[in-house]
Amino acid sequence: MQRHFVLRVTTKLLMPFILLFALYVQFHGDFGPGGGFQAGVIFGAGFILYALVYGIESARRVAPAGALRVLISAGLLLYIGVGYAGLALGASFLDYNVLSAPAPKGQHLGIFLVELGVGVTVAATMVTVFFNFAGRGRD
Amino acid sequence: MIAAHLPALQVVVPLVAAPLCLLLRRGGLAWALALAASWAAFAIAALLLQQVLSTGPISYQLGGWAPPWGIEYRIDVVNGFVLLIVAAIGAVVLPYARVSVAHELPEDQQATFYTALMLCLTGLLGVTITGDAFNLFVFLEISSLSSYVLIALGRDRRALTAAFQYLVMGTIGATFIVIGVGLLYMVTGTLNMLDLAERLPPMAESRTVLAAFAFLTVGTGLKLALFPLHFWLPNAYAYAPSVVTAFLAATATKVSIYMLLRFFFTVFGTADSLDLATLENLLIPLGVAAILVCSTVAIFQTDVKRMLAYSSVAQVGYMVLGIGFASTAGLTAAIVHLFNHAMTKGGLFLALGCMALRLGSVQIESLAGLGRRMPLTMFAFVLGGFSLIGVPLTAGFISKWVLVQAALERGNWLVVAVILVGSLLAAVYVWRVIEVAYFRPGARDDAGEGIAEAPLSMLIPTWILIGASIYFGIHTSLTLGVAERAARFLLGGGA
Repeated sequence: MQRHFVLRVTTKLLMPFILLFALYVQFHGDFGPGGGFQAGVIFGAGFILYALVYGIESARRVAPAGALRVLISAGLLLYIGVGYAGLALGASFLDYNVLSAPAPKGQHLGIFLVELGVGVTVAATMVTVFFNFAGRGRD
Repeated sequence: MIAAHLPALQVVVPLVAAPLCLLLRRGGLAWALALAASWAAFAIAALLLQQVLSTGPISYQLGGWAPPWGIEYRIDVVNGFVLLIVAAIGAVVLPYARVSVAHELPEDQQATFYTALMLCLTGLLGVTITGDAFNLFVFLEISSLSSYVLIALGRDRRALTAAFQYLVMGTIGATFIVIGVGLLYMVTGTLNMLDLAERLPPMAESRTVLAAFAFLTVGTGLKLALFPLHFWLPNAYAYAPSVVTAFLAATATKVSIYMLLRFFFTVFGTADSLDLATLENLLIPLGVAAILVCSTVAIFQTDVKRMLAYSSVAQVGYMVLGIGFASTAGLTAAIVHLFNHAMTKGGLFLALGCMALRLGSVQIESLAGLGRRMPLTMFAFVLGGFSLIGVPLTAGFISKWVLVQAALERGNWLVVAVILVGSLLAAVYVWRVIEVAYFRPGARDDAGEGIAEAPLSMLIPTWILIGASIYFGIHTSLTLGVAERAARFLLGGGA
């Protein structure tokens, strides 16, 4: 892709918008269509586009395998952590009401954190899957 | 306070262990964590069953949402018993796993292995504990996806094709199940199993409900390797790592049998359109065919792991026969065999894992003279084999005895004959192994001299399961008593 000047410039131009849109889908998910899974997929797709155009090595410098591994676990742990927080505060597992008073605020906080966990795990998993397939036979 | 949250913890303790195993990266640390989680899960399952037996079904509302709307975890005698089986197998297999996995998998895959194993345990426990039909599908996918990974980690490259074959068949099965659940949701507007059971009877004649029933039956049939939908199973079991084979053989098909019981008797049980005679016409011929065909095929296998895999399909046949009778005795037989076969087959596959550790292969020829070199492992295999045949004083005998009683109750002499023939066929394939191991001199010259007994960390778990399959052949009050209560509960008599 070294010589595809148009592709390289367009990708660079689009990158911030793709990632910003992913964050919009993530954080506006509580009020409109969207949510963690969709946001994670869009965020991951940004990285995949970058890897396609600039080569997998440069994408790996931004997102090393070790960091992705940590992110995959961290997202899931955040989700489960919210569940355990409900337990620790004396309600049932994943009960958001007790996270913050009044109850609607707790619900909002709970779903926000859970969706964030989903988003992180999905984005990291998407990128990992792509790297593993695209990197086959290279290392 | 904790006691009230045991149902959630049952699933969430192994679930939280999974990402932590991935973070720990080192095989040994991940193993220790997985071991702790599986023992905790076992303790929780034991407490839950005890609570159910003394005070009746437990209901747990996830996220504080009341049952018909929110997800409900519901534990009664039936799934309390299955939870105990799954958690017990997990707790026994993990101590065994350390040496076996270190031997069969490269260091950098071990942490991932324990992550997948914990996810699989989570999924299986979740399928069993949940009272929500869609949640059941979600957990089913968690357990299935992780078991494809676990199988693909096998040393043999054929493990990849086996895992892929299982992935295709398993996905078809899961899709059928979700179509069935979707159809039920379409007509009733609910996903809670008890709520479904209440709403289905008036619309039992509807074609949508019948279609849902058909999809659920076939989908579950694929998952539990109901003959002729079993083709994924022998390869998957034969090429998976030893620990995985033992774990899945003792739990995955058992949980699927439980799903079948749950759908048939709890969800559709109250609908009159589900004519029990139809069930008999469908399941009994398939069970009979599974026993006869797969036991015969097992005789001709040269790989002992594969032989036991075919035997598993045949054993599923016995459970399906029990369900087919749809009587208290029949269901008791199916449920008690669920337990007995989990112990027996788990123990047998663990014994095979010990042999694989020392020999590198479990081809029947390579077992020559093993009776002298690995006496404890081989003797465990023999006792497990006896239980598989159904020799008196073993757990296998108890299940077959109850099943024969159920058949006699219906005056079905053909099935009685099939059970006897099945036992004879099992005797043939078990005897083939015994003959090679004890009566054929080992090849002394070719490096066979160094073969010693397996390490204690593997022998003790093997003997725990084999010991259980003998113990529960003599002391039947626990297993048979609970199974009978579960059967009555499923047939609507209350616990």
